[in-house]
Amino acid sequence: MTETPLLSIRHLDVNFIMPDGQTARALEDVSFDVSPGQTIGLVGESGCGKTTTLMSIMRLLPSNGRITGGQVFYNGLDMLTFSERQMRDYRWKEMSIIFQGAMNALNPVMKVGDQVGEAILLHNLMDQSQANRRVDELLELVGIPKSRRDQYPHQYSGGMRQRAMIAMALACAPSLLFADEPTTALDVMIQAQVLELLKEIQQKLGLAIVLVTHDLGVVAEVCDSVVVMYGGKVAEYGNADQIYNQPQHPYTQRLLESFPDLNRTVDQGAGSDQTLASIPGTPPRLTELPAGCRFEPRCHLRIERCSQEAPKLIDVSAITAGKGHFAACHLCQGPEAAF
Amino acid sequence: MNEHWTLFKRNLQNFWGDFRGNRMGLIGAFLVLTALIAAVFAPSLSRYSPSEVIRDENGRGLTFAPPSVHAPLGTDDAGRDVWTQLIYGARISMTVGFLAGFIAMFVGSLFGITAGYFGGWVDNLLMRTTDVLLVIPDLPLMIVLVATLRQMQLKISPLTVLILVIGLLYWTSTARLIRSQVLTIKERQFVARARAIGAGHFHIIRKHILPQIMPLIVANTVLIISTAILVESGLAFLGLGDPTQPSWGTMLNFAFSRNAVTNGAWWFYLPPGLAIVWISLGCVLLGNVLEEMLNPRLTGHNLEDERHMVSIPAPGASSD
Repeated sequence: MTETPLLSIRHLDVNFIMPDGQTARALEDVSFDVSPGQTIGLVGESGCGKTTTLMSIMRLLPSNGRITGGQVFYNGLDMLTFSERQMRDYRWKEMSIIFQGAMNALNPVMKVGDQVGEAILLHNLMDQSQANRRVDELLELVGIPKSRRDQYPHQYSGGMRQRAMIAMALACAPSLLFADEPTTALDVMIQAQVLELLKEIQQKLGLAIVLVTHDLGVVAEVCDSVVVMYGGKVAEYGNADQIYNQPQHPYTQRLLESFPDLNRTVDQGAGSDQTLASIPGTPPRLTELPAGCRFEPRCHLRIERCSQEAPKLIDVSAITAGKGHFAACHLCQGPEAAF
Repeated sequence: MNEHWTLFKRNLQNFWGDFRGNRMGLIGAFLVLTALIAAVFAPSLSRYSPSEVIRDENGRGLTFAPPSVHAPLGTDDAGRDVWTQLIYGARISMTVGFLAGFIAMFVGSLFGITAGYFGGWVDNLLMRTTDVLLVIPDLPLMIVLVATLRQMQLKISPLTVLILVIGLLYWTSTARLIRSQVLTIKERQFVARARAIGAGHFHIIRKHILPQIMPLIVANTVLIISTAILVESGLAFLGLGDPTQPSWGTMLNFAFSRNAVTNGAWWFYLPPGLAIVWISLGCVLLGNVLEEMLNPRLTGHNLEDERHMVSIPAPGASSD
């Protein structure tokens, strides 16, 4: 994290105004960096703010969402100060997104090839014939035969649709790619293919990828660093090695225990329990957040301080012998993170 | 270009294949087409002109003559051929119907799309305007409007007045229908994706929303045309038509005011009445069938329909 980051998010706060007038604090004090060519994973349970983070960066929140604080620097420029016109220019040319559920993100009455090329023509990057050639190249890159460019989304299989979405995301050669659960709703074989494709493309094109997922296995496979989110806040942030081998936040620890690990369970002796652990309880409702740590009601290691005071992000790099490892827990010792 | 043409031809063939199997649609198309042909080829379908008086050997006008070889549908009170008036009247009725229908469709789509897509105060403003127009009884409002516009001595023909008044009052149902459809489409994820690629409102509406509601607009237009023809007939019957260019409604008005009923001249008032039924029935049938065919939600899933299932011959089977 010594080089200048491509994208750096600082203290991002997002609120949603609910229909009954309540305010839901969807994101609070979210900070992380994405370096060029890096893959960063955003993990957490449903509703913990992963997608909201992406949409806030793209400034595509639903109409009841408000960014109430923080900065989003892209190449050193704060995108939150951009006008809508400037922002439109940045979308897709600088950063693109692969949506969750490709069937819904494709227009059912438009040919796939046209949809892949839509952004190119929209940003006036090329004329029609060049754009056609580019679409052919893109489809080839993701392994879709050229002959199928004039077909409609319903004629594609699930995996092909997802690959078409990836081709679409690459259309304007962005530097940053957001992948919002790109493998959800796909079977395991296709999941593996799609991830393989993402990795391959990243190597070829040198993109930075922000991968949103709740699948820790996927994260371990492809990510350089990981942001673990809980209830709209960053619980732990570090590189993949630190997060997997020396998790500092109780939530991360429990989350890792609740995933099957082929290397772990076999010889743990008769004493250890063989069932997979789960975290009791549910994530907090964003309109009724606990006063202290958001994980406190479900935490197995809670101390009295947890219910009174929200923990700050602590730099725990000293403990885990590395750098850039942060956790938001009162049990962690170290200096406050200097974001 | 050539490719597009073949694709278009194939789509058209598929459409016709589906359409052919639908008896109601065929009847509707037949009714509308015959009326259109009669209107277009009116001069070659009759020996007379609409204002020409048919006279007997003594040079006296044949008034209220029953159908005969000279006048296939008899004559009116002034001895003019009813058949000729009917087919020339089709021109007027259908011109008014089609133009007013298109205006209504255009205004309705514009209001519906704008209100549905932008939402918020725009939606409120446009929809409250629509509500106001919806609660005012149409017929009295139109009578007042047409009469007032006539009085103002504007340099527009009475027919144009009719077209504008009908067109600008009958878009309300279209607007509401299209708004509701746009509301569901704009929440779909591909619209969010279009925003994410940096598309502006105009691009999203043109490329992503319009193609999805086009079937609805087409089907609705056909239905609106039939309403417009009916309304025009009603207004013309009440004497608000153009007497120099008689439509079917004007013919009914003449028949009524010149005592065709008491004279037992059924050939004077039945044909225009039946013609109105003919064209509106045709439009309604055609509109319903088009809506059914073009609106994917009203048809079953392709695979549920056995006709669409593809059977693959066994490897050993001979192919023909």
